Amino acid sequence: MQTVMQSEVVIVGAGLSGLAMAVTLDSAGIASTVIDRQHLPADISDISDGRTTAISYTSRRMLETLGLWPAEHAAPILDIRVTDGPSRLFLHFDHRDAGDQPMGHLIENRFLRARFQQAAKQSRNITILTGHGVSDLQRDETGVHYTLSDGSGGQARMVIGADGAKSWLRQSAGIRTSGWSYGQTAMICTIRHQLPHHNVAHERFLPGGPFAVLPLAGEYASIVWSERDALVPVMMRLDDQAFAGELLRRFDDSLGTIELAGPRSSYPLSLTVAHDIAGTRLALVGDAAHQMHPIAGQAFNLGLRDIAALAEIIVDRRRLGLDIGGDEGLSRYRRSRRVDIATLLAATDGLTWLFSNDIPPVRIARDLGLGLVNKMPRLKTMFMRSAMGTAGNGPRLLRGQHL
Amino acid sequence: MTVIEQPISKTTVDPTEVQQFDALSDQWWDSHGAFAPLHRFTPVRMQFFRDRLSDHFKLDRAAAMPLSGLRILDIGCGGGLIAEPMTRLGADVTAIDAAAAAIAAAQAHSAAQGLSIDYRCTTAEALLADGDQFDVVIASEVIEHVASVDAFIAAAKGLLGPGGALLVTTINRTTRSLLSAKIAAEYILRWAPVGTHDWHKFVRPVELKSALGGHGMRVDNIAGFVFRPLQGDFQISRDCAVNYGCIAVHTAEATAS
Repeated sequence: MQTVMQSEVVIVGAGLSGLAMAVTLDSAGIASTVIDRQHLPADISDISDGRTTAISYTSRRMLETLGLWPAEHAAPILDIRVTDGPSRLFLHFDHRDAGDQPMGHLIENRFLRARFQQAAKQSRNITILTGHGVSDLQRDETGVHYTLSDGSGGQARMVIGADGAKSWLRQSAGIRTSGWSYGQTAMICTIRHQLPHHNVAHERFLPGGPFAVLPLAGEYASIVWSERDALVPVMMRLDDQAFAGELLRRFDDSLGTIELAGPRSSYPLSLTVAHDIAGTRLALVGDAAHQMHPIAGQAFNLGLRDIAALAEIIVDRRRLGLDIGGDEGLSRYRRSRRVDIATLLAATDGLTWLFSNDIPPVRIARDLGLGLVNKMPRLKTMFMRSAMGTAGNGPRLLRGQHL
Repeated sequence: MTVIEQPISKTTVDPTEVQQFDALSDQWWDSHGAFAPLHRFTPVRMQFFRDRLSDHFKLDRAAAMPLSGLRILDIGCGGGLIAEPMTRLGADVTAIDAAAAAIAAAQAHSAAQGLSIDYRCTTAEALLADGDQFDVVIASEVIEHVASVDAFIAAAKGLLGPGGALLVTTINRTTRSLLSAKIAAEYILRWAPVGTHDWHKFVRPVELKSALGGHGMRVDNIAGFVFRPLQGDFQISRDCAVNYGCIAVHTAEATAS
């Protein structure tokens, strides 16, 4: 070993989750080392990759509290219109039904990344080690001891896995996952449109999968189009104009003419749940713990709630002088996240199945369901509160309080 | 083991109690083992201690090491469940226990944690005879195990200078404590080995307060600790019927009397 890094926490993965974890811990004075095989991209905010994230009300409060909220790039969602294929019945969520706050905000991932990266780099409590993966990691009563592929190494009281759906840390810890593929792939791109979107999000359930038009800042919108796997290569090969034509066929003309405003990308959709989110001196957050269908736009919010809960447990234990990587804190993390993760995965998975088929009785039932939900204000408000994340008593950060 | 063979007439240590704990020493840091209830109880004890000490010594409880500079003696430290977090919060900790095996377990564990704690297999009376003094004396879950509460308080006071603080946590002698801390914890939930506690040795808050007052120790605060089954943790409460704690201050006037 050439050098030995000492920090209270080592985080594997310098993506959005890993950086958010580090900055959150730093807000309470807890030092961390963030490790990633890949270098952090430079000048990220100049390049649009078409990826966007829906931020719920509670996630926004957390990001604001941490000074991570890129307000100038956030577009509010004031209404959500849900329509089902050819049916005229639809569900309309107006943010005024659940208070005066927007339903959520849409932000391009690059702006979140730029903000998180800047905050992490500026912090004296955060050490970012990129360009080398972890080649060995031991966890025992004495702590976490790791070696990187360049031979350097370090120690910490605990390790946090924020290394995504294919988490190396999760696999090396022998934590198994369950899951399945939906046979659908999401095609993602940004469009520029002629008429104002009035900050309305549209979610249309088509037999091939949900088709979403999400308002961005200005006359731009993000398209998340989930389609049967087989059709995706065909669509992705179309030129921009033909692709825009396919988009218009699946939507209406309420935005006027449209054109693509950046590259397209596609992601196979799957649901993956880790059998455990904690182990000896180990915790998983974000996609490393659960990866879900983007149908309700909740994946990153679920990850932020992992981070808020875990950080609070770590900080509270640290302030009492307790071993932050001890079993009790990790058991608490496991217990505190179980219901939230299971509920959201089940609900999202249920929605996907319900809305991704064209069997007539199912369609009629869900049309009636949507219509009925629309007529029952209290039920609708409950749905909205749940999607906005305002249901129940969560960790302090989600209530806009500092750690 | 050797402690039990020593003459015990001048100590507050109860030899049968020491034997009981000596036999379990390899389990001190197993949070699912014989001391699981103590592990669960540790966060609230630490919260109470940290907050009472920050108030008494006017410390910044939000600081990374709020107890920096305090000399603390932990009597009946067992495996070091309190000594370790106290050290992490910056205190300079001496921790003693009459059970040699507990001290050995505590030393091994703190070394692996990289914590520097002065562990000694000795008694409060022996330290007193050496003339040692501390800012704080902690007796957490100890006085219900000692041979004489009165003699124990006398020794603890002698180890404190004027203005020093004694922190105690213990179990009340009530019907509820008999049901929960003794019968439920030992026989039903099997949280603790049968025979861990002798209910008759439990101390009521009024008895503790009066014993402390008799030695010129001013009780500043008494708080209860209540178990929340759903959350699986303890919380500070006004309900002292089962677990409770107090801070008592060695007043200069009392020393004069």
